[in-house]
Amino acid sequence: MRDDSRLKSVVMDAQEVDRSLTRIAHQILETNHGADDVVLLGIVTRGDNLARRLADKIRDIEGREVSVGSLDITFYRDDGALAASPMAMPTQIPADLTGKKVVLVDDVLYTGRTIRCALDAVMDYGRPRCIQLAVLVDRGHRELPIRADYVGKNVPSSRDESVKLFLEEVDSETSVKIFDVSPGEHVGSAPVGGDQR
Amino acid sequence: MSFNHKHLLSMNDLSESDIMTILENAVMFEEVNRRRIKKVPALRGRTVVNMFFEPSTRTRTSFELAEKRLSCDTINAGGSSSSTVKGESLGDTIMTLDAYNVDCFVVRHKYAGAAKLVTQYTDACVIDAGDGKHQHPTQALLDLYSIWRRKGTLEGLKVGIVGDIAHSRVCGSLIRGLHTVGAHVTLIAPATLLPARPDVMGADATTPFFDDVLPELDVVYMLRVQQERLENSPFPSLREYSLLYGLNKSREHLMKKDAIICHPGPINRGVELDSYMADHPERSVILDQVFGGLCVRMSVLYLLLGGAENGISA
Amino acid sequence: MAYLLKNARVIDPQMALDEITDVLVEGESITAVGSDLSAGDAQVIDLSGKVLVPGLVDVHVHFRDPGFEQKEDIASGSRAAVHGGFTDVCTMPNTKPETDNADVVDYILQKAQKVGLCHIRPSAACTKGRKGEQLTEMGELVAHGAVAFTDDGRGVQDAGVMRRVMDYGKMFGKVVMSHCQDEGLVGSGQVNEGVASSRLGLEGWPAAGEEIQIERDISLSEMTGCPIHIQHITSARGLDIVRNGKERGVQVTCEVTPNHLFLTEDSISEGYETQFKINPPLRTEDDRKALIQGVVDGTIDCIVTDHAPHTRAEKAREFELAPFGMTGLETSLASMLTNMVRPGLIGYDRLVQCMAVAPRKLLGIPEVKIAEGYPADITVFDPEAQWTVHEEDFLSKANNSGFLGAQFTGKATEVLVSGKLVMKEGEVIE
Repeated sequence: MRDDSRLKSVVMDAQEVDRSLTRIAHQILETNHGADDVVLLGIVTRGDNLARRLADKIRDIEGREVSVGSLDITFYRDDGALAASPMAMPTQIPADLTGKKVVLVDDVLYTGRTIRCALDAVMDYGRPRCIQLAVLVDRGHRELPIRADYVGKNVPSSRDESVKLFLEEVDSETSVKIFDVSPGEHVGSAPVGGDQR
Repeated sequence: MSFNHKHLLSMNDLSESDIMTILENAVMFEEVNRRRIKKVPALRGRTVVNMFFEPSTRTRTSFELAEKRLSCDTINAGGSSSSTVKGESLGDTIMTLDAYNVDCFVVRHKYAGAAKLVTQYTDACVIDAGDGKHQHPTQALLDLYSIWRRKGTLEGLKVGIVGDIAHSRVCGSLIRGLHTVGAHVTLIAPATLLPARPDVMGADATTPFFDDVLPELDVVYMLRVQQERLENSPFPSLREYSLLYGLNKSREHLMKKDAIICHPGPINRGVELDSYMADHPERSVILDQVFGGLCVRMSVLYLLLGGAENGISA
Repeated sequence: MAYLLKNARVIDPQMALDEITDVLVEGESITAVGSDLSAGDAQVIDLSGKVLVPGLVDVHVHFRDPGFEQKEDIASGSRAAVHGGFTDVCTMPNTKPETDNADVVDYILQKAQKVGLCHIRPSAACTKGRKGEQLTEMGELVAHGAVAFTDDGRGVQDAGVMRRVMDYGKMFGKVVMSHCQDEGLVGSGQVNEGVASSRLGLEGWPAAGEEIQIERDISLSEMTGCPIHIQHITSARGLDIVRNGKERGVQVTCEVTPNHLFLTEDSISEGYETQFKINPPLRTEDDRKALIQGVVDGTIDCIVTDHAPHTRAEKAREFELAPFGMTGLETSLASMLTNMVRPGLIGYDRLVQCMAVAPRKLLGIPEVKIAEGYPADITVFDPEAQWTVHEEDFLSKANNSGFLGAQFTGKATEVLVSGKLVMKEGEVIE
């Protein structure tokens, strides 16, 4: 975990995260007219935890299970994932995605490159009817024409900052924080698990 | 977890953690290899040259498929049409190909140390796909993988390797690999098929008496009888070899209930293994080895070639 | 030309001589030894701090001429010999054509004369084409100047043939030198059978493959009365066999290379360093220690180099395809001074014994003593000169040395051959 002395601010606490997820769960159900054919795919790491939380919420709301899985995009990255860590994490696709409404779930949307990789990966598993994107935080600075369908919170940030999600089940607290980073340092949600050290 | 190697030349270079990194990463490729679209763009644009100076259908096919499923551009060189036949030195052959800015050479060669020699003539990464009777690290890794997947662990396993150990490049790597991960290795062969100093290779014990040790083994690794070597008469006949060292139905009662059988292929049915054992649904992991070989080679290629420039951004 | 060699420490165990004195060389001979010699017309060379000994002899070198002049020739080999401090070398017969007939002996001697640097004493093959079948014309070969017989590079495989070589050859008064290698046992062995062969996945070259023929040849010497010289001994057991033969009174002598004295099979790593591929191979540390002891106790008679030059391209090949052999002439004396004399394992007199006196006796060539009337074949070395072995400093055409990068203390500086100054202050004069 990052050195706390470089912490700039806490942008969401546990309650706010939970509220946002509740809202996103409602929005997903609303947009898709229920949970039929919806598959939640969380991008590892953190996105998979969020996807499971969303699935729990949808079950609470609808009283039925929704398909949920995880997607590791290590093998699809265009920027050399190994710099952070060589290890890929398991990908679990709960069903054939052909004809499904796939909702990709990630923690922080930044340049959009992770999502680009995820789109490629999903296509290799079948031909979904549509792909939507849910993120807890959108911090701006997109480098690709990608936008989220469901956003927990828009957090304006500078490129010299890192926006990070902490989750109870991994980090023993739930929050979204902003940190200072030195120029050139690894920034972002490190979907290959680089921040787990 | 990190993997800091430029080449894969010898199992002597790999730590236990290196080996486990390769194996654990290979698990991820099992999933890729079971999809309808069995290809990921991880190594898009990387050029791999498969230099097989010696015929090898199995290893070359496995590497080629692994490379293609990682989206590498691959070419196959070497063989009887190669410039080596015309008298070109290995160094010149490599330098010529290296001029195309190759990223990786996969080298199979008749002579020991050839892959290491290749590293002197290129900045590309080099994978030893078998050099003389020295090493064949990806074979050892796939063997470890298959055993690990089936047994759930490697440490403490009792592994018996049966057959022509002296002339086996597989053993040069496998014995060391098993030793590194904490397995106990017994070599089972007549002295004519044993190296001078098995202990140096990492073996814990040697015996010429198969039946004495068979009841203790968790893994029975049967080596291929290299019929082309029989002219040096390391044993009197295939018949006698099969009697003393063949793993067949009549020996099954000596085996542990959960003992498994490995073989690097191709099998001489009726010599080192009978069909009952080779095709045994619970015991034989021979076909797992083939599939595992693909996953392990993808893992090795990915770990060696996947590293890239800095600057990961989400 | 005359030289007054002044102020060197002059050492000659044959004369029980070890003192700082002067040596006068006139024409081809030593004409006076002592202080207060008058220089007269002689050129004075001050050798203060240096050691002067009878010229060193290497009874085992490959000059590759005729036939493989890309590796070495008589001129470059002679330069290397002088550079290393040698006045005499005995060349091996594995040339192309083989040195198994008088014409090749003539060719070598004529070319050596033309080069005019050191004495070249050719050995000749004992069987035609070194095939181990039919005897060479030993009488004629001796008449033309062959000093010894050997099929070096191969062992004579058939004991019956070896017996005939010795039975027939003994009348010419020349030594039979034996490269001991049983081809059935050695096969295509590449490195010592044991740790190295197992570690590297290479065919093993077992010590027994050599020891069996040492044993055989000593028996044959006993049987025939022909002196036998065991070439490049490598193993503790082989040495014991020789020691045992000597104790029985057999006319057996043997030689060792600095390679086997100072290097072991552990030098060869998974980098497959071909410069360490030699025949017979580098063996174990225990063997190495036994060989050192053999030099100390006198069981080993001669230090030889088995100077075996090869081209860079040949040695850059796959280990199993690279040829056997390493060079040695330019590092031999220095390695002995550094590793044997300096640590006090042997003294200068023992060094001179096994690098000058015994080799001359073995070949039956004229004695050289630092005394009036003897040939002026003289080696001078600086025992304090510190240097590092660099391939660009070699005068040999080849650089396949196992000692590249080694740091030595002691180096030949002056060499006189038949009264002619062929090296001065480390520079070969042509």
